[in-house]
Amino acid sequence: MEKMHTTGGAAAHAEEHSFDKKAIWRTFWILLIITVVELALAILEFETGFPPKFILNGIFAILTLAKAFYIIAEFMHLRHEIKNMIMTIALPALLFIWFIIAFLWDGDSYKNLRNRYDRYHKESTQPQKAPDGKETQKPGELH
Amino acid sequence: MAQVVPANQKWWAGGRSPFNVEYGKLMMWYFLMSDAFTFGAFLISYGTIRFSSNSWPDPNFVFRSFPGIGEMNIPLAFVSLMTFILIMSSVTMVLAVAAGHSKDRKGVIKWMLWTIVGGIAFLGCQAWEWTHLYHQGAWWGSNPFPNIDGTPSTTNFTNFFFTITGFHGFHVFSGVVINIIMLIMTMRGVFDRRGHYLMIEKAGLYWHFVDLVWVFVFTCFYLL
Repeated sequence: MEKMHTTGGAAAHAEEHSFDKKAIWRTFWILLIITVVELALAILEFETGFPPKFILNGIFAILTLAKAFYIIAEFMHLRHEIKNMIMTIALPALLFIWFIIAFLWDGDSYKNLRNRYDRYHKESTQPQKAPDGKETQKPGELH
Repeated sequence: MAQVVPANQKWWAGGRSPFNVEYGKLMMWYFLMSDAFTFGAFLISYGTIRFSSNSWPDPNFVFRSFPGIGEMNIPLAFVSLMTFILIMSSVTMVLAVAAGHSKDRKGVIKWMLWTIVGGIAFLGCQAWEWTHLYHQGAWWGSNPFPNIDGTPSTTNFTNFFFTITGFHGFHVFSGVVINIIMLIMTMRGVFDRRGHYLMIEKAGLYWHFVDLVWVFVFTCFYLL
């Protein structure tokens, strides 16, 4: 028991890297600027329809991962731990790559199968076309 | 940039932590890992359902209100305020951890107080948002918002929204409670007697994780 106590103490002192106030505030500004850029893009798309939604979603995914990196690396201080420690966190997290791709693919496949084989589902979940080819309902009009 | 260590350092020879962190801190990391997969499962199931739907409500239309100004068309303004509050409270938490590193009790108390204020402010905003949506008729099992293409929507949107933001809000709430306990322990001098402020670091890890999850919730529900 005594041995364990001294070990814990040694580990506590071994963390030589002290927190750098400048780095904290720099991380804060990076996070804030990324968030503001995300909002600006969302509002730009809302007002003008540009950039196209699928490109915008890709940009949002990249910016989100950038924010996640800064929070984990700087705020949670993981960047300054030893490599073995970083790897026990980073490697299991790679499962998310499979997790996201597999399940979104599955959802998309289910949608396509259902639209192909369930005509009622397809008709009832797609915009009704009036004879002149215009949509009878517009998003803003409901309510 | 990982910590610089001597090349001949025997991490696994026993007698010290091979990961160079204290036991409790390492276990906090592994807990957060499992919690990340819980949140991941929630968000990915939301994604799966959204991908399997022909259409979905428009977040710019659903989240366009701000307290005091009502139904103005300012999409995402309120949720950006919430995001800002949470990022800010994450910063004050790191400052508390940094103060703990230099055993500065007054500093820890000051920054923990600000972190708690930020957490409570975030919860207040969320309470307002939920109440507002509830009065618009949104709740589990009830969705007043039509899909973006005008077709009638299912209740999937509101079910996922309230479940996931609720689960996140519960994490914020427990984080605030943990931070309050840490504040009381600091004020009573527990960590000074112990000789280190590692408990503040563990509470800090949890608090940053809550912020981290919000980054993903924000993207998935409000932006995409």
